Amino acid sequence: MNPILEIKGLRKKYYELEALGGVDFDVREGEILGLIGPNGSGKTTLFDCVTGIQKATAGEVRFLGRRISGLKPHSIYRSGIGRTFQLVQLFPGMTVLDNMIMAVQESEGTILSRLFRRDERHHIEKAIGLLEFLNILRLKDQVAKCLSYGQQKLLDLGMVLMSDPRLIMLDEPMAGVNATLGREIGERLVELNRKGCSFLVIEHNMRMVMNLCTRIVVLDHGKKIAEGAPAEIQKNQQVLTAYFGG
Amino acid sequence: MFIQLVVSGVAIGAIYALVAIGFTLLWQASRTVNFAQGDFITVSAVVTFSLVCLGVPFVWAMLVTLVVSAVLLGYVVKRGLIQPLVERSQTTIIVATIALSFLASNSISTFWSAQCKAFPRVFGMMPYRVGGVALSRQHVWTIVIAIALILALNLFVQHSKPGRAMQAVAQNRDAARILGINISRITTMVFVINAVLVAFAAMLIAPVYMLRYDMGAALGLKAFYSATIGGFDQIRGALLGGFLVGIIETFSSAYLSTEYREVFVLFVLIAVILIRKEGLLGKEER
Amino acid sequence: MDRRSKLPLPLVRVLRWAAFVGILLLVPVVFGGNQYYMYLASLMCVHTIVIMGLNLTLGYTGQISLGHAAFMAIGAYTVALMTLAGYSFWLALPLGALISFFGGLVLGLPSLRVKHHYLALVTLGFGTVVYLLLANEHEITGGFSGLAGIPRPSFFGVSLASPVAFYLLTAGILTVMTALLLWILNSHWGRAFKAIRENDVRAEMVGVSLLAYQLLAFAIGAAYAGIGGGLIAPLIRYVDPTAFPVHESFWFLIMLIIGGSGRFEGPFIGVIAVTLLPELLRGVQQMFFVIFAAITLLLLVFWPTGLAGLYDAFFRRVLKRTPPQLTK
Repeated sequence: MNPILEIKGLRKKYYELEALGGVDFDVREGEILGLIGPNGSGKTTLFDCVTGIQKATAGEVRFLGRRISGLKPHSIYRSGIGRTFQLVQLFPGMTVLDNMIMAVQESEGTILSRLFRRDERHHIEKAIGLLEFLNILRLKDQVAKCLSYGQQKLLDLGMVLMSDPRLIMLDEPMAGVNATLGREIGERLVELNRKGCSFLVIEHNMRMVMNLCTRIVVLDHGKKIAEGAPAEIQKNQQVLTAYFGG
Repeated sequence: MFIQLVVSGVAIGAIYALVAIGFTLLWQASRTVNFAQGDFITVSAVVTFSLVCLGVPFVWAMLVTLVVSAVLLGYVVKRGLIQPLVERSQTTIIVATIALSFLASNSISTFWSAQCKAFPRVFGMMPYRVGGVALSRQHVWTIVIAIALILALNLFVQHSKPGRAMQAVAQNRDAARILGINISRITTMVFVINAVLVAFAAMLIAPVYMLRYDMGAALGLKAFYSATIGGFDQIRGALLGGFLVGIIETFSSAYLSTEYREVFVLFVLIAVILIRKEGLLGKEER
Repeated sequence: MDRRSKLPLPLVRVLRWAAFVGILLLVPVVFGGNQYYMYLASLMCVHTIVIMGLNLTLGYTGQISLGHAAFMAIGAYTVALMTLAGYSFWLALPLGALISFFGGLVLGLPSLRVKHHYLALVTLGFGTVVYLLLANEHEITGGFSGLAGIPRPSFFGVSLASPVAFYLLTAGILTVMTALLLWILNSHWGRAFKAIRENDVRAEMVGVSLLAYQLLAFAIGAAYAGIGGGLIAPLIRYVDPTAFPVHESFWFLIMLIIGGSGRFEGPFIGVIAVTLLPELLRGVQQMFFVIFAAITLLLLVFWPTGLAGLYDAFFRRVLKRTPPQLTK
């Protein structure tokens, strides 16, 4: 399968601390790739470097064959990478529907057309469809900050889906979510994956990772220590050492 | 002529450096960009001047000013205005310092005087003669005092416990908090240090400039330029920036145009922002 | 607890506009006889336009501009020089706004690329430079003696020279500028501005170009100041550099904070409060600068939403209904 996201020699240093020490791996078209590793192993830093929130010290990221490292976050988003955050990031004072529309309005047209074209029925229809899919349609006129944590996580996911990204990067989608909702999110991911969306997922819930992911990459201290199918990773001695100590 | 210009440029630059260092310290400790910095100078100068007019000997007037400045412009401003705003956006703090600047300059022009006053000359008028070159006493003493202050500050920051805590806060607030450093107290200390530096700058600059309610505005702006050109994140940057701005200004007004000396400095500033946005000695922030 | 008005939205909008225009028209009916009051009312319209621009820059996208007096000067001197040379006011006014707009782009581009307080610094420097240029380029600007005898325009052959007619001109332009800003804020731009204010990191992660929006908000704000300046020149019929000191920009900021920064009504409320209070209390103007600066500091600490927030609180707590929303 073709790689959709290629990460080559990605490095990030904060002063003398090396958060990422030259990481290489690909996300292949149509897969759900799990990214795991102990706390502080550099997973979120890697997400930040791929999405342009932080500048990598060295290395290259390619998306759909095009180099994206060095681009601004908004350009990377528009090129088709959606992302959720470990701590949900929403526009707290805007309604659920406005949050959803906000996630897509910048992806089409030019800045001038955004001033002059006022018809957004197609955005609204799409948002309503997705909110229904996520089971939070009844909240569409609520202000985002009034939602429960689980609902906010679903809204976050819904926003990512608004712009039909080719690759979705999820930073701990199951954290702080109860079992039922977790299962629900898992089902949604599989469903989206069947429709052709590729995923890169950071997750600590091992059962979810093992069930959901087609392949897994393991980071420790900013380096990749293993890569492979879930069954292989479970048996990998190095991974066990990293997690549970010598 | 050339040497005199260098000395006067360095002297004025030393004052800018003092004010700019205060500026960068505030920035490092609390992410405060103090747009009232220039007015702090005016307030200090007005206090000294008023005391001298009341017949207080200059040295005592100076000491009282240092205390008043430290309490009012350091402690009170930090506790009363900046502290409640710290949790809000940086923009709010900047707007607050702008309003503070407006308040200070208008209070002085309303309640004190809107006229120029000649500040007493402390160091005497007779120039020093060094190898046939006449050097202004004011300039020479300004340089000596400013450098002594900067060295003392440097010693404090490098070798004292609160000084090192200050550095820790500047480098990483979260880490500093985890190490048990009381950030609020350190920030208050930085505000007080800034007020003292500014008060010294006021004594040194007021005899050169005329004392007027709006004299601080230009000075504050120059200090801000200095900090930006040199680099906002460290003392060395402000020091270099201060001397650079002083020298550029002195030379451009001597050889190019007196009216537009401010313009040259602004051009240098914009060039620095464009080419090296973190300032000449600054480090890029995350 | 919240009750919304039962009237349909389009009708509410029409009624709001009718009330707005009605109040503006009522002023000359009541005070038309008094030249000074008409001058004051025109000045208030001008200040409102300028501060609306500042509100777009500061209130909606969180950028601090200390160059609004300078942009105003650009508008004022453009109109003064062109109308004195015989060109039409109706050509000069938009041109002044356009120059301010591009001035805003040129200043904003280097400073917004960096850190957000750099814009405050660079605009402050720009204010000083504009002041120096106006004071020193005697050949063009007349230096400190200024430019006198600026003609008042006419509108399709009707002279707008009388105080009432000129007031109607400023009120008319205020109405147009208000409608224009509402139109901008109710587009996708308005939502993007709000998103930037609420969470700029996430805004970038949904494709919002911070630089583009902040730059545009700043340049449009500058154009508003240019329009205000273009009106002040024929209002006073005289321009000189001392009308546009850097301090004036600080004053605009204070009026905005008092009225309510980031609220559409903020500039209107701020200008009314800050202009009328000294008139009613008949105090020394200078003293009121001190008082309003002190009020601003108190508001920033204790009531950051300004007087507009007070009026919201009145709706919520006393009338028990949702305050009217003018923008999305």
